[in-house]
Amino acid sequence: MTDATAGGLAAPAFSTPKSSLLSQTALVRRRNAAETRFKAYGIAAIVLSLATLGFMLFTILTDGVSAFFQAKLSFPVELTAETLDPQGNRNRDEMAKVTTLGYNKVLAAAFAKEMTARGIAIDGQSDKDVTDMISKDAAGDLRAAVLANPQMVGTTIDATVLATGRIDGYLKGRVTMETAERDANVTPEQLQLADLLREAGILKSSFNWDFITSPDASDQRPEAAGLGVAILGSAYMMLLVLITCVPVGVAASIYLEEFAPKNVWTDAIEVNISNLAAVPSIVFGILGLAIFINFAGMPNSSSLVGALVLSLMTLPTIIIATRASIRAVPPSIRDAALGIGASKMQTVFHHVLPLAMPGILTGTILGLASALGETAPLLLIGMVAFVDNYPGSPPDGFLDPATALPVQVFGWAQRADPAFIERSSGAIIILLIFLVAMNVLAVLLRRRFERRW
Amino acid sequence: MSVLFLLIVVAVLATAAYVLCRQRALGSVQGNPKTLHSLPVYYGWHGAIMVLLPSLAGLVLWLLVQPLVIEGRIAAALPDGMMAEGGSMELVMADVRRVAGGLDVAVDQGAMTEDQAGRIRTEFTDVRDRLAAVGVALGSDVTAPVLAAAQDYRVMTAWGAMGRTVLTVLLAAAGLVYALMLTNKDFRARNRVEQVVLGLLIAASSIAILTTLGIVYSMLTETFNFFAMYPFQDFFFSLTWSPNFRGDSELGILPLIWGTLYITLISMLVSVPIGLFAAIYLAEYASKRVRSWVKPLIEVIAGIPTVVFGLFALVTVGPLLRDYFAEPMGWGDSGSSVMTAGLVIGILNIPFISSLSDDIINAVPQSLRDGSLGLGATRSETIRQVVLPAALPGIVGACLMAASRAIGETMIVVMGAGAAAKLDLNPFEAMTTMTVKIVGQLTGDTDFASPETLVAFALGMTLFVITLALNIVALIVVRKYREQYD
Repeated sequence: MTDATAGGLAAPAFSTPKSSLLSQTALVRRRNAAETRFKAYGIAAIVLSLATLGFMLFTILTDGVSAFFQAKLSFPVELTAETLDPQGNRNRDEMAKVTTLGYNKVLAAAFAKEMTARGIAIDGQSDKDVTDMISKDAAGDLRAAVLANPQMVGTTIDATVLATGRIDGYLKGRVTMETAERDANVTPEQLQLADLLREAGILKSSFNWDFITSPDASDQRPEAAGLGVAILGSAYMMLLVLITCVPVGVAASIYLEEFAPKNVWTDAIEVNISNLAAVPSIVFGILGLAIFINFAGMPNSSSLVGALVLSLMTLPTIIIATRASIRAVPPSIRDAALGIGASKMQTVFHHVLPLAMPGILTGTILGLASALGETAPLLLIGMVAFVDNYPGSPPDGFLDPATALPVQVFGWAQRADPAFIERSSGAIIILLIFLVAMNVLAVLLRRRFERRW
Repeated sequence: MSVLFLLIVVAVLATAAYVLCRQRALGSVQGNPKTLHSLPVYYGWHGAIMVLLPSLAGLVLWLLVQPLVIEGRIAAALPDGMMAEGGSMELVMADVRRVAGGLDVAVDQGAMTEDQAGRIRTEFTDVRDRLAAVGVALGSDVTAPVLAAAQDYRVMTAWGAMGRTVLTVLLAAAGLVYALMLTNKDFRARNRVEQVVLGLLIAASSIAILTTLGIVYSMLTETFNFFAMYPFQDFFFSLTWSPNFRGDSELGILPLIWGTLYITLISMLVSVPIGLFAAIYLAEYASKRVRSWVKPLIEVIAGIPTVVFGLFALVTVGPLLRDYFAEPMGWGDSGSSVMTAGLVIGILNIPFISSLSDDIINAVPQSLRDGSLGLGATRSETIRQVVLPAALPGIVGACLMAASRAIGETMIVVMGAGAAAKLDLNPFEAMTTMTVKIVGQLTGDTDFASPETLVAFALGMTLFVITLALNIVALIVVRKYREQYD
């Protein structure tokens, strides 16, 4: 028997193909190739998604950076007393009767005079070509400046006024001679004039603070449109979201994490919170429209209503983050506090909450950041309307019509003039700067205060 | 007294209560806090709470009830003829309020004395002119009954303000006295304060439920109003969507649902493979260093506002697809299309799928991998035949949640998908979704009595139900299969 067994082992009944660990069989090669392919798919997926992200940010940055620069014309303007102050007594109220049309004439005359004085002219130019290079916004600005200081009338000032959006687009390469042929708002002659003006130093492109501070402008005047009202409106809303959302969110999390008994009511709350986090944001807009505006009669497109809607939307995010950081506080802390005679409430408020604070702060900042970028619900409560007055100072200003940064991005993107696409991308740059700042702050807070138990 | 001033008075009383109760408690033990039941601050807080709670509750209740009572009495006092000629009750009440407000302004500016405002009659003066003189513009001439009602309204409001002040201050004072009477060394102040705090915590956590109720209530009532005007079988089964404000609109939801689902399908075709492969690579192959850089970078995509993606779709992706795919192939010439919106939503959802799947793949126990590798499987075979089947329920759940996000996405489709409702198979055609139409029907001038506006609520309700169902199914799938390895 043993011999037979030994013999069987020594001479196997079946034969295997010759193989070596050093040379691969076809099957192994195929399997290894599949392995390499599979890994390559993973790398390709990551590269593809990061490349798309990079491409998107790149297009928006290149489109938007030019919004921070604006073409301006500088030339001396003689503020003729006959037109601007017919009574001749420098009385503000009487001068206010002169409309922007009067100031338009003054500007146009001064501009034409300067061009003749410098000898800037081309063949076939019309008077309209020359005056239309000045933005329609310029007369209003000049009027406001003169009314603020009536003594200016009669003197000659060095004015710097906005050029129209098309001339600005020409300096930025958006408008060319070919597009000007087909464009009703600009003529090739104007572009030739613009070249000459630029050589003469009258037409210059400079950094545009007004883009950040001034209010929105109408469809016809992209060169004057700014983000002031939107930034202020967003700031108001973030402040109100912070005030309403954080106390409620933290209180709710404390209850659910530390006190809630296991029963139907708390189960219902838990399910509700996780479902609310997944409800499409536009549904919150419908809620805001139906409850806050139609039922409670709050004013349309006010930052108060916007903030309430955003608060309800952000609440689940903040509750989820706060609960996670409360849960991360080890039970030994609670046991120690209870052991030396603290009540349950004292344990939570004196020990657990301070230790959970960094996590709560981080969650709050991230929640605010997502609220800052939210657009859809704000459209439904009327924020897309054109607002060119700054909202008043709080608390009354919370009821004034306002708009928000992301809504302004959307509003500008909807307008016909391509100059607004540049403004829209510029607004996104500002929005992204705020978001990056908030996220960096959250990361820094987490790094600084995070504690591993 | 204005409400703001009233609040300041209450706050002052509460502070006083805090100080007084604390001192009284300390006084009851001759300044030796060791024999008190609670710490001295709790006696103070108890006093403040006893002042604040009843007075604020009374104030809020009064502010809610007063307009209802006053308007009810004014409406009862108005002559019956007013309703017939003047249309609805609400319009007349709006007139009354405006005239009353005008009289208030006139008195404030000194154009009338309080006495004159009460005795002024339409027979002797043109009220509209007098009010216009102080800057209050009225739409129509003031009739005698409206003026009388407005004067009544002012009197009652004045009495109401007086009652409000008296009630609030009385309640605050009563609370102060009550708290002082209770305060002595054996009083269990801490327990009572903690009870109130617990009540506040419960109230805060109930806001989530209130929000859901608010959503459901607001949409349900308006949806019922809509179905009262428009037959529901037409809404759910009609193949045409063509609202027009002359009245004979067809509001069939099917083209919108088709557009929504088509866009969602394309977005899932983009986001699921890319997101899943990215997650597999990060969880199974990537070194720690690569992972710590790539994972946050991919999650940057999730932090970018959707309106940015919308602009990307509108300005870049749409024209690219049109110029390089659709037009050369003869498939269409529209910049906004199902493909544009689908691709961009797909990109938006990549980090969502990849980070959820990453967590799920990491949760698969290492022993399963070790067993498979030990039997001679390659890593990719292990992943495909062991790890992924084990993680499948979680991945399916993640995909369902991503689909629900794609269905509810608004800004990208508003800017990238177009506004034409049609049933078409060509992905390079512009189509539209439920969210686009909600935005379209509810922005601008809206009339809440027409089906064209109210249909938005029915659409919103449908959207809410669909996304909620998807999320619940996802939760059930995840929960049911998660416990396998715990």
